[in-house]
Amino acid sequence: MKLAISTRGQDVNAPVDLHFGRTRFFRIVDFETGAETLLNNARAANAPQGAGIQTAQTLARLGVQAVLTGGVGPNAWRILQAARIQVFSVRGGSVGQALQSFREGLLRPLTEKQVTYF
Amino acid sequence: MNLVIASGKGGTGKTTVATSLAVTLARHGQTVAYVDCDVETPNGHLFLKPMVTRERPVEKLVPRVNQETCLLCGLCAAVCRFNAIACLPDQTLVYEELCHGCGGCTRVCPVGAITEAPHPVGVVKVGAAGAIQFVSGTLNVGESTSPPVIRATRQAAPAADWTILDAPPGTACPMMEAVRGSDYVVLVTEPTPFGLHDLRLALEVVKTFDLPCGVVVNRAQPGATEARDLCRQARVRILAEIPDAVAIAKEYSRGQLVVETVPGLREIFDQLCLRLLEEVPKEKCPHEMRQRLEAAIRASSQSPATGPPAAGDPFSTPRLAAPRQREEPTRAASAS
Amino acid sequence: MSDAAFICELVVMSGKGGTGKTSVTASLAVLAGSAVLADCDVDASNLPLVLDPREQRRETFTGGVRARIRREDCTACGQCKALCRFDAIFFDGPGHGRLPHTYRVDSAACEGCGVCHDVCPEHAIDLEPTEGGEWFVSETRFGPLLHARLRPGHGNSGRLVTLVRDQARQVAEAAGRRLILVDGPPGIGCPVIASLTGATRVLAVTEPTPSGEHDLERLLALARHFSIPAWVCVNKHDLNADMTLQIERRAAALGATVTERIPYDPAVTAAQRRGRPVVDVDHGPAAAAIRKLWERVRPFLADPPGPQLDTGRPAG
Repeated sequence: MKLAISTRGQDVNAPVDLHFGRTRFFRIVDFETGAETLLNNARAANAPQGAGIQTAQTLARLGVQAVLTGGVGPNAWRILQAARIQVFSVRGGSVGQALQSFREGLLRPLTEKQVTYF
Repeated sequence: MNLVIASGKGGTGKTTVATSLAVTLARHGQTVAYVDCDVETPNGHLFLKPMVTRERPVEKLVPRVNQETCLLCGLCAAVCRFNAIACLPDQTLVYEELCHGCGGCTRVCPVGAITEAPHPVGVVKVGAAGAIQFVSGTLNVGESTSPPVIRATRQAAPAADWTILDAPPGTACPMMEAVRGSDYVVLVTEPTPFGLHDLRLALEVVKTFDLPCGVVVNRAQPGATEARDLCRQARVRILAEIPDAVAIAKEYSRGQLVVETVPGLREIFDQLCLRLLEEVPKEKCPHEMRQRLEAAIRASSQSPATGPPAAGDPFSTPRLAAPRQREEPTRAASAS
Repeated sequence: MSDAAFICELVVMSGKGGTGKTSVTASLAVLAGSAVLADCDVDASNLPLVLDPREQRRETFTGGVRARIRREDCTACGQCKALCRFDAIFFDGPGHGRLPHTYRVDSAACEGCGVCHDVCPEHAIDLEPTEGGEWFVSETRFGPLLHARLRPGHGNSGRLVTLVRDQARQVAEAAGRRLILVDGPPGIGCPVIASLTGATRVLAVTEPTPSGEHDLERLLALARHFSIPAWVCVNKHDLNADMTLQIERRAAALGATVTERIPYDPAVTAAQRRGRPVVDVDHGPAAAAIRKLWERVRPFLADPPGPQLDTGRPAG
C-alpha cells in the first residue's frame, strides 16, 4: 500500500503541510517495499485554480491509497472518493510523528461530512 | 451615447447616480436604456422597479465526457490550464465551475469522446421602467466569472439616445468589461480617504482605455476640498456634487429614487446633464439630440413645478403602480 | 496534536460595497489585539489606510499567462482567431515584409487558455506570465498585515486573494497567532469565492437599504453554498428601523446568526479621516457597538464551529 503525506520540507522531520492542494511536497511511503520517495507538487501548488484537483489526480495516477493531510476540499474529495483514496486528518506535527500516529492506528479516515475547504 | 457609471470603491452611490440620471434624461424626452452590469450585486431594479418582460439565460459551453469511449489518455486534463478536468485511472471528471469554456479539451481528444454542452452562469433580464428601457444581468450564486454575463448584458441593451451602464465596483476584470468600448466614464466617489484612494485607482484604469471621464462627488461636505484637489491634479472635471444629507440616505433606504423625492436633487441632476453635454465626445452626441435636451432642461427650470413631483406626475405614476420585482416571479412576468 | 493548531479565520464581508466593512474590520483588529490581518479587497485595498502599516516585505504577483503573437512568425492563417472563445484575437497587428497585417492578442480579453498557442502551425504564439500586481507584509500596532495591490485593470484577483490568505496563514502559524481577520472584497464573484474558500466564519456587515438587503441575501446564499456559518451585523441601523428588522429576520431565515447593530455615527468617517480605527480614537455610539459586537463573537473564535452548525469541519 502507498501512503502520501503533505509536507513543506524534504525530510521526515519537516512539518506536515495542512493544505492538501497547495502543499509543496508529498512524502510517499510504500509499505510493501519500504521505499520512501518525495513528490514535488510545485506545478499544482502554483496553479491559478484547481490545485486540489490536480494534486488529487496526480496521487490517483500514482496508485496512492491513503493521504495524511490537514483536510481536503470538496473538489479534491470527489477525485479521492472516485479513486478510493482514504484521507486521514492530521492537525500538525512532523511527517515522522504523523507516520507514527498512522502506524499506531490513532488516525481516523475523514468522512463526507468532514470535508472542508482548505 | 454609451455612458458608464463606475467607481473604484463600492457603495459610493453609483447606482443612485445611474438610476437618477436615467430618470432625469427620460423626463426630458430622451430615449434611455439603463443597463445594470453590476452582475454580482445588481441593484438598479430595486429603485427603478421595472416590469421584466424577457429573461434569457447566459451560458458557457462545458465539456461532457463520454465515459464509454474515453481512452483515459489524460490529454484533456493535461491541456486544461484551469484544472477543470481530472483524468483518473478509471474515469474522467469535469468541474464545470472551473471551466472557462475554451474548448481546448474537445479539440485534443483523440477519439471524440468530449462534446460540449451549455452550462448556465447567469441570466439577463430585459424590461421597462416607465419610459426607460431596462436591462439587468445577474451572475448565478457560486459562479465565479462575471465577464461573460456582463458581455451578454451589454449585448442585450436596445438602441437609445443614452445607454447608461451601471458598472461593477473595483478596478479588476468585471469593471473593465463594463468600461471597455464605452464613450464616456462617470466616476462616482465620496470625499473620504477610502473613496479618494479608490478614485485614484479607477482613474488609472480609465486612463489605460484612453476614455474621457468626469467625476461626481457624492456625500459632498461643505469645506471638504480633498476631492476637488485630487480632480484638479488629475485634470478631471467634477460634473456634480451631491450633498451629504441624512434625507437622501433615508429616502435611499426606503428604496426611493432620490431624484424624485428629495428636494433640490432634480436641479443637481439637470445640471449634471448639461455638464455631460459639454463633456461627451461630440461625434457620439448628434446636434439635434443635444439641442432637444438643452431646450427641455431650460423649459423645466422655468416652470414653477420644481422640487418633488406632485402625485399626478405622469412619469412617476406607472412606476409606482408596477409591482416590485423580486427574483422568483420574473419567470411568470416573462410569460406575460 | 489537536486544537493547538486551530487557527480561526474570520472573514468580514458585505455583498454591497460601502457598508462599513473595512471600518469594522479595523476596529476588530484593535480589540483582538493579537490577530493577523489580511486585506483581500485586492483591487481597492483600504484597510492599510487606517492601520498605519510599515512595509516589511514586498513581492510581485505573477497573475497567470497571456498569449502573445510574435508578429515576425505570424503567417496570418487565422486559426487562432477562429478558435478563440474570448474574442481576444484581432487582425490588426502590425505587418512585416510579407504581410500588411498580422494577428494580435488583446491581453485584457485573453484568459490564458492556451488554445491559440496549441493550434498555431507556426508556433508563433507564446504564453507569457503577466505581472498581476504586488503583495506586502507590513507591521501595524495591532498585528501583522497582509495586503496586496492588483495592477489596475488586471484579472485574476481570485488567485491574488488566495495568495494573501495563504501568506496570512503562514504568518499566523509562525507567530503562534490564532485569529486571522480578513477584510473581504465586495460582490459574490471570483475574489469573494477565493476569500470564503476554507474560511472558518463570516461576519456580514450590511446596511438597512434595499441594496444592502438584496446583496446580503446573495452573500448568505454563497456562505451556505460553502457551509460557512455567518453572523450578520446591520450598520447604520437607525437610518431605517423597519428595514433593519426586515433584514435581520431575513438573515435569520437564511440560517445566519443576527448579532450587534451599529448606529450611524459621524465619528466613523472622522476616524477614517484621521487614518485610525474608530474604536482606537472614539468612545461614541458606533465604537461602543463595535466593542459589544466583539464581545459577542469573541467566545466563538477559539474553536472550530461545532457540528450543530453543520459546517462539515472535523471537530478536533
